[in-house]
Amino acid sequence: MSAHPHASLALFLLVAVGFPLAALMVARLWFRFFQPARPGATKQDVYECGVAPTGDSWIQFKAHYYLYALLFLVFDVEVLFLLPFAVAFTGLPAGALVAMLAFMLLLAEGLVWAWHRGHLDWS
Amino acid sequence: MEFFFQLPLWIQATAKGLAVILVIFPLAGMCSLAERKVSAWMQGRPGPNRAVVPWVAWIPFLGKFLQRLGLFHLMADGAKFLFKEEPVPGHVNKFYFIIAPAVALLPALTTVVVVPFGAWFDSAGALVPLVLANVDIGIIGVFAVSSLGVYALILAGWASNSKYPFLGGVRASAQLISYELSMTLAVLPVFLLVNAPGGKGTLSLVDVVAMQSGTSGWHGAWGMMIMPLSALIFLIALFAETNRQPFDMPESEADLVGGFHTEYGAFKWSLFFVAEYAHMIVGSAVFALLFLGGWNPLPWVPLASVAGWLGLTGLPFAVALLSLVIFLGKIIALLFLFMWVRWTVPRFRYDQVMKLGWQTLLPLSIGNLIFYALAIAWLQPRV
Repeated sequence: MSAHPHASLALFLLVAVGFPLAALMVARLWFRFFQPARPGATKQDVYECGVAPTGDSWIQFKAHYYLYALLFLVFDVEVLFLLPFAVAFTGLPAGALVAMLAFMLLLAEGLVWAWHRGHLDWS
Repeated sequence: MEFFFQLPLWIQATAKGLAVILVIFPLAGMCSLAERKVSAWMQGRPGPNRAVVPWVAWIPFLGKFLQRLGLFHLMADGAKFLFKEEPVPGHVNKFYFIIAPAVALLPALTTVVVVPFGAWFDSAGALVPLVLANVDIGIIGVFAVSSLGVYALILAGWASNSKYPFLGGVRASAQLISYELSMTLAVLPVFLLVNAPGGKGTLSLVDVVAMQSGTSGWHGAWGMMIMPLSALIFLIALFAETNRQPFDMPESEADLVGGFHTEYGAFKWSLFFVAEYAHMIVGSAVFALLFLGGWNPLPWVPLASVAGWLGLTGLPFAVALLSLVIFLGKIIALLFLFMWVRWTVPRFRYDQVMKLGWQTLLPLSIGNLIFYALAIAWLQPRV
């Protein structure tokens, strides 16, 4: 138990990566030797409810999804700054608290702005 | 216990990893069975009750009971996943198609590590949590790793090179990132209270439970009582993050067939399946730790008191077992809630999902955070 506690977290990440990959590998070998795939035209086809597929699958999709992604990025970075605030809360002077509140209001203001611009409305 | 800690670290990690896998996989399987049985029960039908191993059927009463319980459907399902033909459709991007299920399982298996699932008391009476890696970053670890889950859905959806999975993957990613914000913001007040002036400055989940292990006043009340709004927001976001109904946008059987895993089958599909249930289990565990008092049986009745009443003070293993049973009981109750809600609340439309996430939960959680920051700074509950 002398190692850094985060070391076991990293090691466990390796286990979590390794195990599914090993399982997939075993499954692959199993299928290779005992259950060879029997591909057919219908099995290989794109699934579209039995109708012959039309057009490319990597289709255009709403750009609106990107807006949500951008908003998420902004808010997520701001939320990340709030976690150290939570840890430091135990010895926080009043001035710092006020500064943090201003920061949170900026967060809220960003939301209000996006809301006002109609970016949050799914149409 | 002593000799285990003297083993090399990699052996310890491997042993712990295997233990987690051996617990999570059967538990996920049991969840799938429970899901089917609970669904059947709520709809007034018998549910799975046919499959049985012949020699079990010969046992009087018990055999019939086990068959009715549907226990063998679980094994039949598992065997089916392993022995089915596993086609890889010709149109997919093979590398990402195969790697996506592994990516799905990764966050589910890794977050388990930082989640404490019980506790015992050493000879000095100090609380020792049962946790695979007792790290001080606790909740950040959970959020950081569990948010990787969105990659699996995007990869699966994109690599399938098919319209339904693609739409499912795009919807899933937008839904997951939308609710992640509210989730993190809803959890912050809990840690403000843990780190209230006089606290020690930590993000560990063990300390959250320690805060809820008192016998009187706010010290001992469950997080749910002190912060009902946080608990509610966290719970709703949890439903969205685990893609459960009413937020089953990524799968949405009605309009996208199976969503991101439409093109998957056999073993690879079962990995997605296990990952979803593992997410539910870990999510329920985190909710129980943050808002339901962890391994404390009742509000204001901490584990230590109960162990004292039962005369278990000198028996660490008995206390550990007791805490484990209490904690598992809470997880199972929450898993039941997941299934209950599935058959109670109708599915949302996609615009409703986005509206709820961005225009209701996010403002609520920001307001909630500001309110508790001010309240805790003003009341100074620890001093």
